[in-house]
Amino acid sequence: MKILIIDYGLGNLASVRRAVEECGGDPLVSALPADIARSSHLILPGVGAFADGMSLLRERGWVEPLKAAVRDDRIPLLGICLGMQLLADRGDEGGESDGLGLIPGVVERLRPAGAEERIPHVGWNAVRQVRPDALFTGIPDETDFYFVHSYAVRPADASVVIGMTPHAGGFVSAVRSGSAHGVQFHPEKSVPAGFTLLRNFLAV
Amino acid sequence: MLKRRVIPVMLWKDIGLVKGVGFDSWRRTGTILPQIRVYNLRCVDELILLDIGATAEGREPDYETIRDVAPECFVPLTVGGGIRTLEQVGRLLLAGADKISINSEVYSNPGLITAIARRYGSQCVVVSVDVRRTADGYECFRHSGSLATGIGPVEWAIEAERRGAGELLLTSIERDGTMTGYDLELVKAVSDAVRIPVIAGGGAGTFEHLHDALVCGGASAVAASSMFHFTQQTPLEAKEYLAARGVPVRRFAVSGERRTNR
Repeated sequence: MKILIIDYGLGNLASVRRAVEECGGDPLVSALPADIARSSHLILPGVGAFADGMSLLRERGWVEPLKAAVRDDRIPLLGICLGMQLLADRGDEGGESDGLGLIPGVVERLRPAGAEERIPHVGWNAVRQVRPDALFTGIPDETDFYFVHSYAVRPADASVVIGMTPHAGGFVSAVRSGSAHGVQFHPEKSVPAGFTLLRNFLAV
Repeated sequence: MLKRRVIPVMLWKDIGLVKGVGFDSWRRTGTILPQIRVYNLRCVDELILLDIGATAEGREPDYETIRDVAPECFVPLTVGGGIRTLEQVGRLLLAGADKISINSEVYSNPGLITAIARRYGSQCVVVSVDVRRTADGYECFRHSGSLATGIGPVEWAIEAERRGAGELLLTSIERDGTMTGYDLELVKAVSDAVRIPVIAGGGAGTFEHLHDALVCGGASAVAASSMFHFTQQTPLEAKEYLAARGVPVRRFAVSGERRTNR
């Protein structure tokens, strides 16, 4: 079975593909929703604005197949950065837009909590593991991961939150709801801890 | 707390990597892929790869090379040199760049900053600003430092931020390659003027220089090249030094095997 890396025209697909290979997975970068059928895991990467991401997912026919795969077939999905944000119900970056609705909540722009803080939040920051999750197996609490974003998910239900990061008053940096996982940071660019997290996801 | 970053810069000209002094007198320093692999092991926070010949030669970015090397980089990679259009940015991001750095083109076409920020998010737009001291203060230069722009770095930094830049890479042309320390006055003036992260560049020679740019200059990150190419100092040791002096740097687990690479 393949590790499907969803190609919807945005995001750093080559890096994610290389990272999956390094982590022992068999990646398939695909623009065809039908490839979900031969995949054990789905990865939704993404760099860019929320509205563009959703309109590309819609145009290329991913929205309903993804929802069905995650909700009904329980195929593990990992959203990375914008990919995590697209799991939410709604976002307003680049114009208000509905998301995939796999994680109840909205995507909001980060607001600096003090004079020292800058947005976009770019760089290495700690992830506090607020809830034990298989995604964090073997990763010490407060490990630094690489972030580059201006928006973050505010889930409607606190029970989906598994990681928090101390910037902009504290934002949600990792979520899991059923088989839908999301990380705001870039595991594929956070060697070595990020590769541990990817291996954990491939083991889900 | 967000960690301060140490970022090696790889300058690429013709077929290999180079390093000069004052944007001139280039010396060969190797090829791209082996350097990326070493920097992966040394736990650098990011890498910047600049094609310094592209604009001068009127070339487009070399997408093939980026496609070959970027996926091997397991930390964020910023790619710059020769970028003039939104379409080129899209191709570089697809080739594996995490962020792009733009410089010469945006002085005459600052709307490109906004266009990239709108399409791909401001976090992937690094505006690179090369600065010389002049009789009246400081002035920005484009085309690898060869053409004066008539605008000062503080004014330009504010404009770039307003247009949607996510970060600034601020390089002192006089200090470049000298290893005599960053131009702290310049770093502080620009860092104080904007709220986006400023990467200080040009002049790093010792770990103390890195410390001073971060602590006294207020930079969010330090770029360095000569000190990593031409001295025994490594990025890993730099971060140990910074941590010991109370600068928040990335915490990382380093295996015994990697330690021996020092």
